[in-house]
Amino acid sequence: MSSLSILTLAPLLLFAFITTLVGIWRLKWAYAAAVIGMLLSLIAAGAGVFRVLAEGKLRHFLGGWPPPFGIEYVLDHLSAFMALIIVFIGLIAVVYPPEAGLYQPPRKGIPMYGLLLLLFAGLVGVVVTGDLFNLFVFLEIYSLASYALITLGGDRAVVASFRYLILGTIAGSFYLLGVGFIYFSTGTLNMADAAQRLVPLYSSPVVMAAVALIVIGMCIKMALFPLHVWLPDAHSYASPMVAAVLAGIQIEVAAYVVVRFMLTIFQPHYFIDVLPVTTVIGWMAAVGIIFGSVMAIAQRDFKRMLAYSTVAQVGYIGLGIGLANPLGLIGGLLHILNHAFMKSCLFLVAGGIRYKTGLHEIPKFAGLGRKMPLMMAAFTVAALSMVGIPPTAGFFSKWYLVLGSIDAGNWVFLAVILASSLLTAVYFFRMVEKLYAVPSSGDAAVEQATEPSAGILVPILVLAVGIIILGLINALIVTQLLMPVAALLPS
Amino acid sequence: MAEMFLARYVYLMVIVLLAIGLWGMLGKRNLLKKLIGMNIFQTAIFLFFIEGATKLGGSVPVISPELGMEAARYVNPLPHVLILTGIVVSISLTGVALAFLIVIYRKYKTLDDRAIMLKMKEETSE
Repeated sequence: MSSLSILTLAPLLLFAFITTLVGIWRLKWAYAAAVIGMLLSLIAAGAGVFRVLAEGKLRHFLGGWPPPFGIEYVLDHLSAFMALIIVFIGLIAVVYPPEAGLYQPPRKGIPMYGLLLLLFAGLVGVVVTGDLFNLFVFLEIYSLASYALITLGGDRAVVASFRYLILGTIAGSFYLLGVGFIYFSTGTLNMADAAQRLVPLYSSPVVMAAVALIVIGMCIKMALFPLHVWLPDAHSYASPMVAAVLAGIQIEVAAYVVVRFMLTIFQPHYFIDVLPVTTVIGWMAAVGIIFGSVMAIAQRDFKRMLAYSTVAQVGYIGLGIGLANPLGLIGGLLHILNHAFMKSCLFLVAGGIRYKTGLHEIPKFAGLGRKMPLMMAAFTVAALSMVGIPPTAGFFSKWYLVLGSIDAGNWVFLAVILASSLLTAVYFFRMVEKLYAVPSSGDAAVEQATEPSAGILVPILVLAVGIIILGLINALIVTQLLMPVAALLPS
Repeated sequence: MAEMFLARYVYLMVIVLLAIGLWGMLGKRNLLKKLIGMNIFQTAIFLFFIEGATKLGGSVPVISPELGMEAARYVNPLPHVLILTGIVVSISLTGVALAFLIVIYRKYKTLDDRAIMLKMKEETSE
């Protein structure tokens, strides 16, 4: 059955409508419907990974129209990998109780679960589609859903979301314009077909302009320094559950688009040698890693610190693309997976702390470690992974990036990775110290704090245990899923 | 391709519109003007697609017995269809953005970017 790509996407789109409809009537039922939709999609995404491992690329022709005339959905190693991450993190976010995930539970008429499912549908659509224009449509679907979801964080979040909407639309429009250039040069919108027809056009300035527009657009979407300006506000004012989804999977999908264009639609040497795309992305990422880490140290607000940390972590993914050798790209792609688990876990912890104690500033967290041992243990695992201490998952993606930098002979990138690990250690160990070593200041909120309910705790613990498991099985993921992707690059 | 750009003056207008739109989005302080800029920017892209589809003397893309099956005699319908989708996206974006502006205006009583920033700072210090 080659239709697993559409089977991952269809439950999300279908249940986005169903949850919205039943949500008008009963919120509980909307929750149940959303979980069912995510589970169905998760089964298809999981099956998709195994199927791709066994058979390689799976192609599905939508409506039976063969490409290049019809729209094609393709599931290969890269898209199966991305789709599984998206749906899994999505399920965790949907299960997380809304009273902790949002500052206040949504009123009955607000289609929160519908929007979440629409967001995941857009993200999955971007990774499984084999059509350039279809990708634009899914890009705008997930963007629209995220703009609306960010505003659930309150009045400030609306302003942040409006700014993000303007920049996000510039990004989407750049992509559309780039696709227009490619379409009028080649006469096709199918990715595989365009890949062949573009080869004789590599010296054309129109194709070069198309690449520039698409890459700039996607760098805005993935918040690569210096195009990250929208991210700190949008992610810190958004409610914790929404921020977990946005930081964990939404921005990474834009990185996927860059990788897709570099490896499949164009030949890698075009991005590496003919145009300096990978070099530019690599250096922007390197500066972004240091900038994001330093800014994160300066923050008092926990979620704002995490938002700046995202700017730095996206840099690692960009660095993997920028190194443009197989080891570096493996590191970057593995970091997409690891960052999804780590950052979602941290934002959900932020939601849990806020829900139980009302606190959001790090200096006031003193003494919380003993009051909420399990949740803080999960936080510590995620923090260790962010710093990159084995055997947590975060160590291995950095390890591959280090190997990639040595392979490329780029000692500056190597220094950036090591320096940033130290900076990350500064801002996370500062918080670990507050939680465990500093005695409580006698603040009533801390004194009365207790471990949150199982509904909040279980998603967080699943992610924390997942971080350790991913660390242990990383060799399996790399050899099975990521090696075939990275093999497309010249070593 | 380069000659085609020069031969068709519409592309120059598209570039001018793109520039106006970008300036509106990034240079204007009023949030509503930013939104108008966004609309101009997107319309310019639509115009680019539509102009790319035209053929001088081309007919409506419905196969007629007089013109036969030759593709060169009909305008390219695909960009039109793409742009219909693009317009739907653009309208949804505008609708969502206008809803945001209503919420922002109710809270801050202004749509000026800097004034909103100032009011936010006052809020934090209080």
